Parts: sequence; structure tokens; C-alpha cells
Amino acid sequence: MSEAISPAAALEQTRNTETGTTRKMTLNMGPQHPSTHGVLRVVLELDGETVVRAQPEIGFLHTGIEKQCESLTYQQVVPLTDRVDYLANLSNNLCYCLAVEKLLSIEAPPKAVWTRVLLTELTRINSHLVWLGTHALDLGAMSMFFYATREREEVLKIFEMFSGQRLMTSYFRIGGLALDHPRGGMEAVQKFLEVFPAKIDEYETLLDNNPIWKNRTIGVGVVPVETMLAMGLTGPMIRAAGIPWDTRKDEPYSGYQNFEFDVPVRTENDVYARYRVRMEEMRQSVRIMQQALEGMPEGPHQADAPKVVLPQREKMKTQMEALIYHFKIVTEGVRVPAGEVYQVIESPRGELGYYVVSDGTSKPFRVHMRTPSFGNIQGLGLMCEGGLIADTIASMGSMDFVLGDTDR
Amino acid sequence: MISEQLQDDALVAALVERFGEAILSGTIQNGQTILYVGASSIVAVCLALRDDFGFNRISSVTALDWYPREPRFEVVYLLHALAKAERLRLKVQVGGDDPVVATVTGVWPGANWYEREVFDLFGIRFDGHPDPRRIMMPEGWEGHPLRKDFPVHGHKYDYGTETK
Repeated sequence: MSEAISPAAALEQTRNTETGTTRKMTLNMGPQHPSTHGVLRVVLELDGETVVRAQPEIGFLHTGIEKQCESLTYQQVVPLTDRVDYLANLSNNLCYCLAVEKLLSIEAPPKAVWTRVLLTELTRINSHLVWLGTHALDLGAMSMFFYATREREEVLKIFEMFSGQRLMTSYFRIGGLALDHPRGGMEAVQKFLEVFPAKIDEYETLLDNNPIWKNRTIGVGVVPVETMLAMGLTGPMIRAAGIPWDTRKDEPYSGYQNFEFDVPVRTENDVYARYRVRMEEMRQSVRIMQQALEGMPEGPHQADAPKVVLPQREKMKTQMEALIYHFKIVTEGVRVPAGEVYQVIESPRGELGYYVVSDGTSKPFRVHMRTPSFGNIQGLGLMCEGGLIADTIASMGSMDFVLGDTDR
Repeated sequence: MISEQLQDDALVAALVERFGEAILSGTIQNGQTILYVGASSIVAVCLALRDDFGFNRISSVTALDWYPREPRFEVVYLLHALAKAERLRLKVQVGGDDPVVATVTGVWPGANWYEREVFDLFGIRFDGHPDPRRIMMPEGWEGHPLRKDFPVHGHKYDYGTETK
């Protein structure tokens, strides 16, 4: 590919051929633009092809989930957390469950903890595959989308095996898992892990040295890392800027300290570096999942906390106490001691935090979700300003935001 | 009133020495430090935390509505010191009529949207905020949905008498 059509050269050209007119144009990108992956509106102020100002407008998908949480019991909130970030449903389940478990001072049994790690890493792969497919599609590499969805289908089949649902899994519950492992579940995961690493290599042969891909991504969307941190950007965005910040390492939760993995870091801080970081993260997820599979402990999948966890159906038929606990949990819910907790985990998109406040009743007083997409989109304007319109698409794709996650 | 568990905490001790009365109280819950700060000194405390104690990013800003108790609102600042992997929660109590706090967007620009969200959903104004608009709800919306006196399923929409 010749230098002449690289973004930088094109920018020079626009400046040179500018003949007198200084009128700026305001362009509404979205809310129905396909590359916004949802309903995001970006108000672009253009000087020719150059973006002078970009202002993201959110709120089109606001569904009031935080308000709804206050009217439901603690268990009933779990399915709502799926709907916050519909590509990282299990990460959201996990974060909420960990927060409430801290308030209740209960711990999930080892089998549940390891299964949680196994499936949240699978969620990361699922989310990164969707990101890879759509991001490449936006930049013109259409075949990537087909390859990525092909593998994602296998991931969704595994989710369906475990939870009965492909997308809205709600598989993690307060105190453990909703169900025990399905028959053949571990074998299905094993089979996927054997095949998948070769597929990552396959994606990379398509993109890594592709001149169009490199032209569209290298040197695009650069923002100083201090600005990024101050603006609230998290996750792969920060790791592609040279800071090895991963909550799984820094503030381990759900037994991540027992797993060996690396935090991929790049220093280029552009769209290409973010792509490389996410590809490497998929490999690390495979590594963690291998360890989780090999070390999967035996035992119960729910905590021994009869006042919190619904009893097994069999026990209800034979034991009076189990029947009473079932009745109490279903009719009035679980009374959680008054207090508050802020639980942070590393979702595929970055720092995901649940701030749960209890006033001692069976309904949460407040559930605040610190979602990674909300923080990331805030920096979108900075990232696009000064670049070309076409680079806006690349920068936006590299953020990997989910609008459900942003607006809640 | 600084709780007993926090008596040996170096960060809290340094803050109390520096700001005295402005640090109203402090507790530890589930291993996480919570400090109540006087509304008038929140920006000064945040600046000190950022510059001298390494809290280089704000994770989120949110609020709690303790209706009908007074002071009704608590604005919650979730701070994070990246290098030390340390977290701190600041709280500011705000009264129910004309709730207003000074903005911390000057300390961390990332607080911008979070404060807009708190304004939109709780109706707490942030004095000096560069862009004090609603963020989630449509323009022209009345009320603040996350307040406890706002019904969960919203107000019934009045279509007026003209439309049949």
C-alpha cells in the first residue's frame, strides 16, 4: 500500500487543498449509525474531513436498571445484571454476587469459585470475539466477522449447556452456581480449548500484516495515558498504553491469585496496540481456563448457607427445614445485614464495579454499577478530535463499548 | 468520629492532621475505608488526595437518597490510587432542599459524566460543573428517577384532554 493513501498523508492533503472556506459542518453520527453498535449519537464538528470536535451523547438505551434493583429482592437482581452488559453477562453476574456475598459474609465453595473463573474467562473470549468481528467489519475486513461468529457460536453453545441460555445466562447466584455442571460440560470446554488457540493464530494471519488493516489502525486514536486515566478509561485501553493494570492481579477476587497468567501490555497506545492486547488476552484466557479445568475441585456447587441459598428440590420433599427455608427465601427474600461494599472486577472492557448498599431489608437500598463502557465513552471525544472521520470509526471500534453497559 | 479500626491508618491520620474538622468521621466496612467529609472542603480534600496521596483516578461518583431522613443525600466518591492498588470512599452529606455540592471535575476531568448522572437521576447540583445537563433522561424530563420518592414505574403520563 503506498504512502499516498495513508491517513496521515490524506490529512496533509486536506489541509493543502483547503481553498478559502472556513465554514465548519456539524454532522450527527448516529443514533442509528451501524458502527456505533447500538444507539450512540456523536455530534461531529467537521472542517472538511477533519474532526474538530466530537461530542458523544448517550442515554438512548437507559432502562433504569439501578432503579429497578431497588424494588426487587437480592436474588431477583441477578437476571437484571445480565442485561447491563449483554456481551459480558457472566462478568456482571460475578461482580454482583461477590458484592452481596461480602455483605452476607458467606463464601462460595471451591467448585463454584473455579467454575466462575472458567466461565468468566470464556465470557472474555466471547466478548473479544464479538469485538474483533465487528471492529474488523467496520474497517472493511468483512471475512473476520464470519470467522469470529463461527467460534462465538461454540462459546454460546457451552453457555447454553451450563445455564440453559445462550446470552442471558444468570448462571452465578449468590452463594454459588444456579446448577451443577451439566453432563459433558467439561468435555465441551476442553474440546473448545483444544481448537481455539489455532483459531487465534488464524485471525492474526488475516490481520497482523494486512496493509489495509495496519494503515487504518497504526498511529490512530492516540491519547496520552495520563489523560486517559484522568478521564476514567480502563481495561485494554490502558494496557495498550503501557500500564499493566489488571484488577485480576492488583486486587484479586474469586481466587484469581491461584492462577498463572500474564497481563499483556503494549506501549504504542493506538488502535493497533489495542487489537494486539485483546488478541493476547484471549490467549491468556485460554491459559487460565486450562488451569481451571485441570484443577476443578469436586464438591458442592452452592455454599452451605440454608438461609441464603435455595435448597435442593430433593431435600424439600423429605426435610421440613428445607421446605421452610425455601418458603422464606421465595416469599420474603434474604435479609442482608446493613452495610455497603464496592466490589471491582476486570470485565472484558475494563473496570467493572458494583456498589451495593443494604439497609438491612431483603431488597437492596442502592445498586450502583460502575460500568467500563461509560467511563470509556467519556474519552471518545478526545480520541477523535484532530483525526479524520474515517478514524472516528477506528477509534470507536477500538474502545469496544456496549451501549447497554453505558446507559444501564 | 474516627472509628477504632482506623486509628492506626496512616492516610486517615495525615488527612485529619491536615484538614482537622473537615474530616467528620471515618469507618471501615468489609475492609474498605469510608470517610465523611464536610461539604465545603470536598474539593480541597480531593486535590490533596490526588497530589499528595496518589489517588490519580476517580472510579465513580454516585449518590444515596435517605429520604425522609435529613440530611437527605449522600454524594459518594469512589477513589482509586492505581500505583498502590488502594481504594477510598469519600462521602458528603447534602440537605434535601436545594442540594448542591462543589464539582470535582477540576481535580479529575473524568468526574464530569458521573456528576451529570448524579444531577440527572438525583437532582443534586454540582456547583461550577462545566456542562450541567441531563445525561440519561430526555431533555425536558421532569423529576429525578433515582430519588426514593419517585415511583419505580414512573408517573402515569398525562396525554392531556385534547387528544382523544
